[in-house]
Amino acid sequence: MPLQDLEKIFQDKIDAEIKIEPKDWMPEAYRKTNIRQISQHAHSEIVGMLPEGNWITRAPSLKRKAILLAKVQDEAGHGLYLYSAAETLGTSREQTINDLHSGKAKYSSIFNYPTLTWADIGAIGWLVDGAAILNQVMLCRTSYGPYARAMVRICKEESFHQRQGFEILWVLSKGTREQKAMCQDAINRWWWPSLMMFGPHDSESTNSEQSMLWKIKRKSNDELRQNFVDMIAEQVKVLGMKLPDDKLKWNEQTRHYDFGEINWDEFWNVVKGNGPCNKERLEARKKAWEEGKWVREAAAAYAEKRKPQTPKGALEAA
Amino acid sequence: MKQDSFIYYTLHLADNALILGHRNSEWCGHGPVLEQDIAITNISLDLIGQARNFYQYAAKLMNKQNAPSPNGKEVGGEFTEDKLAYLRDVREFKNCLLAEQPNGDWAQTILRQFFFSTYQFYLYRQLQESHPDEQLAAIAAKSLKEVTYHLRWSSEWVIRLGDGTEESRKRMLNALENLWPYTGELFVPAAYETDRMDLKNIKEQWAQKVKDIFSEATLPYPAEGWMHTGGKTGMHTEQLGFILAELQFMQRAYPNSEW
Ligand SMILES: [Fe+2]
Repeated sequence: MPLQDLEKIFQDKIDAEIKIEPKDWMPEAYRKTNIRQISQHAHSEIVGMLPEGNWITRAPSLKRKAILLAKVQDEAGHGLYLYSAAETLGTSREQTINDLHSGKAKYSSIFNYPTLTWADIGAIGWLVDGAAILNQVMLCRTSYGPYARAMVRICKEESFHQRQGFEILWVLSKGTREQKAMCQDAINRWWWPSLMMFGPHDSESTNSEQSMLWKIKRKSNDELRQNFVDMIAEQVKVLGMKLPDDKLKWNEQTRHYDFGEINWDEFWNVVKGNGPCNKERLEARKKAWEEGKWVREAAAAYAEKRKPQTPKGALEAA
Repeated sequence: MKQDSFIYYTLHLADNALILGHRNSEWCGHGPVLEQDIAITNISLDLIGQARNFYQYAAKLMNKQNAPSPNGKEVGGEFTEDKLAYLRDVREFKNCLLAEQPNGDWAQTILRQFFFSTYQFYLYRQLQESHPDEQLAAIAAKSLKEVTYHLRWSSEWVIRLGDGTEESRKRMLNALENLWPYTGELFVPAAYETDRMDLKNIKEQWAQKVKDIFSEATLPYPAEGWMHTGGKTGMHTEQLGFILAELQFMQRAYPNSEW
């Protein structure tokens, strides 16, 4: 079949809201975009385990410790689903991970910020998972089937995480003077980086248009960001805390919150690797992978030994 | 006095689970492969859950009899699971030394887990079957289901690493050398555990299981040799102080707060 026809069938399917499945024909660029996005997403889940994980051993109560452990473990599970989804496009988990370690593949810049106090664990759950959910809810309807199905599972857990994060902050906001200050400080530090999670302005975003046409994305960066601001500006009132933005104000005309401009220099700097923890995060992942090499080799060698073997001479005798 | 020793025993069970759970949780995000990162975190979660059950029970007993703190120091208000976990110091912790040993490499973590899960398996089984205290027997019964899985998982890994590559075998032998001297303490009864538990029986079952798995893993079963003791009565290795410094940091830095 000529290429044009294949492309037409493909786009017709997308327009008719029929999911694209691994064995279906797809344009090379569609495959590549999905591989890039899914593996970037997978890496974000895995690298995202680090800033929260470093508070597991210091969590302030046994209950919080158990909740945090389970949460970080969920993120590992999300990584697994997503690596599997990427594999359906013909890329191995090992290759995908190598790309992360070589710096070729990216992960969400938000995880390059440090977790300094316990309140950061609340702020990450509330703001970072909150921002991620808006993106992920949209992705539950993305056009590539395995990605969409992975997102449905992930979304359920993620909204649970957001509530837990909010609850951590809620308890702090009702606590001692020190706890309240800790809570406000964490919100101050995580607010702007959370807004950056939605990516550059639509006018600056290079891949957006094609992605919308292919229904990989269904909402633009700025649309999603506005949804997030509207949601959080209301929730922060419940905490009795403030978002660190003088320009934040309800706009009767637009029926949305207005908000201040993001520091895009900071955004691009962190993307380029100059964030406070870029180096530590990547080093931690590489170290785990390299130190695990002998373990993976041993497991493979053992599995090979225990494989049912053809009895000696059986072939000759036949 | 009898009640005191029962409380100590419950705390000892709780401390074992908490400290080993804490050690395992240090792996979270750093495991050798994603599936095993999840598995070791699961075990950590189970152990912390067990610790919570034992601490909650100990706290209840202590509140009921208006007990002085086990260290003779007042903690203020009622005892809770968190006060017991976060406000006792090294000398009051009663976990076995094996639980606090560092993670080392994956081989050392696996072997520590295997030794401990085997011990917990037979111990919980005995508690479930014959301990006269219903609540303790019930916690043991619930935990036994989890430990059965931990034992299977760690046994499989001992075999895989012992009989894997030359390097994995070398690392297992190294781990064995490090950890073996901490296994003896498991079976040396502290004053608070003598009355009800038959440790001799547990020791026999433990040794048999370890021999079976080691033979499949082609690992040598060491001679008994010199064994460290002391953890059960608060004489710990230097490791525990660092664990508690991290574990208890928040409760110490911000006392009397809700979290
Ligand atoms: Fe996630």
